[in-house]
Amino acid sequence: MSGFGALLRRDLRLALRQGSDTATVLAFFLIVVSLFPFGVGPEPQTLSAIGAGILWVAALLAALLSLDRLFQADYEDGTLDYLLSAPAAPSLLVIAKCLAHWLTTGLPLVLLSPLLGLLLNLPSAAYPALVAGLALGTPVLTLIGAIGAALVLGARRGGVLLSLLILPLYIPVLIFGVGAVEAAAAGQGFRAHLLLLGAFLLGALALAPFVAAVALRQAAE
Amino acid sequence: MSARLHALANPARFARFARRILPWMAALAALCIGVGAVWGVVFAPPGATPPEGQGETVRIMYVHVPSAWMALFVYGCMALVSAGALVWRHPLGHVLARAASPIGACFTLLALATGSLWGAKMWGAWWVWDARLTSMLILFFLYLGHIALTHAFDDPGRGARAAAILALVGVVNIPIIKFSVDWWNTLHQPASIIRRSGPAIDAAMLAPLFLMIFGFTFYFFAVWLLRARAELAALRTRALRLRLLAP
Amino acid sequence: MTSADRLECRDLACLRGERLVFKGVSFALGAGEALRLTGPNGSGKSSLLRLLTGLGRPAAGMIAWSGASIFDDPDAHRRRLLFLGHQDAVKPWLTVRENLSFWAALHGAQPDRIAPALAHFALTAQAELPARFLSQGQRRRLALARFAAIPAALWLLDEPTTGLDDANVATLEALVAEHCAAGGLAVVSTHLALKLPGAAALALTGASGQQAA
Repeated sequence: MSGFGALLRRDLRLALRQGSDTATVLAFFLIVVSLFPFGVGPEPQTLSAIGAGILWVAALLAALLSLDRLFQADYEDGTLDYLLSAPAAPSLLVIAKCLAHWLTTGLPLVLLSPLLGLLLNLPSAAYPALVAGLALGTPVLTLIGAIGAALVLGARRGGVLLSLLILPLYIPVLIFGVGAVEAAAAGQGFRAHLLLLGAFLLGALALAPFVAAVALRQAAE
Repeated sequence: MSARLHALANPARFARFARRILPWMAALAALCIGVGAVWGVVFAPPGATPPEGQGETVRIMYVHVPSAWMALFVYGCMALVSAGALVWRHPLGHVLARAASPIGACFTLLALATGSLWGAKMWGAWWVWDARLTSMLILFFLYLGHIALTHAFDDPGRGARAAAILALVGVVNIPIIKFSVDWWNTLHQPASIIRRSGPAIDAAMLAPLFLMIFGFTFYFFAVWLLRARAELAALRTRALRLRLLAP
Repeated sequence: MTSADRLECRDLACLRGERLVFKGVSFALGAGEALRLTGPNGSGKSSLLRLLTGLGRPAAGMIAWSGASIFDDPDAHRRRLLFLGHQDAVKPWLTVRENLSFWAALHGAQPDRIAPALAHFALTAQAELPARFLSQGQRRRLALARFAAIPAALWLLDEPTTGLDDANVATLEALVAEHCAAGGLAVVSTHLALKLPGAAALALTGASGQQAA
């Protein structure tokens, strides 16, 4: 457990010191959402009808932004070799890195989302579903993204390749995340959607760190 | 059984096995596709009461359904050999996976194209976001990702190993994606107009359809063996060249 | 560390990409013994050390600790070793002390060993300095300070003397000698004439095989 805590503290400290991607990710989220009124017109009814989808797609793309750097810095300066030869289990270390990543990119997205919902005239009933859905969904994005990030270490044009690899895997989270918001906006129950997102999260927590660790090990070979 | 599988994993033995099996696969493929196509196009009736005058265009099902089936089947085969490569660390598994994914991508593309053609005739729209076509599209992305990852590294072994892990991640996600897309589709298209991308299949159509499916499967095995042999030859050439350059 | 500790390799072969780096490498190391790895560039010294660390599987052969293959219990093997690779893995935006504290915490070492470890490699003056201001030699010393702070039975060092001046090379020699005297094992690859009294030698000569001295 000491390894987990040590790595989590180090990554959070590094994010604070060398300027994490938090600001960039939030700015990207804001800008992408703001593009849509230019694309589809500023009528409040149009925006509120597609608002859930816009917010979720934008959050997804913003979460993708910083993922290729999840393991990149450690891979380049040799830290990865040492992490993989440390006593702590590699999957535990992957969870530590994912947690640090989510705290600095996913959680801010969740917190900013209600504000952006205002921009898109989201009905007030939808906000709890939006925040809860993103809170459950963004960790899943980080965990699945960790697998992709580990797979593309050392690849040519890893950033673009990462998007191609994991965006299809994000689609179920997107479907049920938006489903929750739209159900709430229509006055229906959205508990089932959140439960399913929770199930995705548990599944990802159980499997993704192990797979990412395997991918890291064969990147270090 | 597993001893024979292991014996097959020897590249030289695989090449001999491929040379023996290949003509049979090709012949069976030609036979099944030939008979199935003629039977389906010339003899079988065009289907039950057409909802909107589909008539002869329903015959495109003879290509669309087998392609869609093959798209999934090939991914399953790819995942299987990838698992074998990762667990038993045998390079033949990687060769087979690398050989299979472009074939699967082509089948998926064929399924998408025929589905789109059928939809164009049926509803006048060149593309509909119904559950089956959308799932096929996502499967196509998975294939593209696999091919891209295989070729994204300077060291081909690294690419093969990364792609193997991706294939296994993909095969686990395919049921989840299918389930999600089906649910999404029922939510957004409750009307009966765009319910399924295929009509009810008349019993008389089933037999030629199964022949086509078998034919496509044999065709896949034939092309797979061909490509795997070519990949193995390329590997041998590279190894020999390396040995010449750096004794 | 116990006196029964023993590292053994038999007929080890290593593939890097599609290239056979070495084959037929064998040696045995008992408690308190050190092994010096020499050989020209590309002969596979780094690859051998990485195989011993467990980063990658050998193409052939076996590696055993006290009779049992290291791949039977990789967790236990990682707990008993400490590895130094080509790179120093020093984070520029953490201070020297924070860098070392991280590694100590990761390996479960006592925090009170950090200050003496820094002093050992003459880094006390730089302890609160962000590591991005360190010279290359100082970074190497910081990486080596882990060996003074973290107890481990097996030390695997790849070119530890890179960028070090004579005084620090002597410090390293003393540290390795102390480690072996206490019953530890060490495998060190080095170009420099690092004084390792009583060390066995293994010269890698590339894919044509190996010869022990």
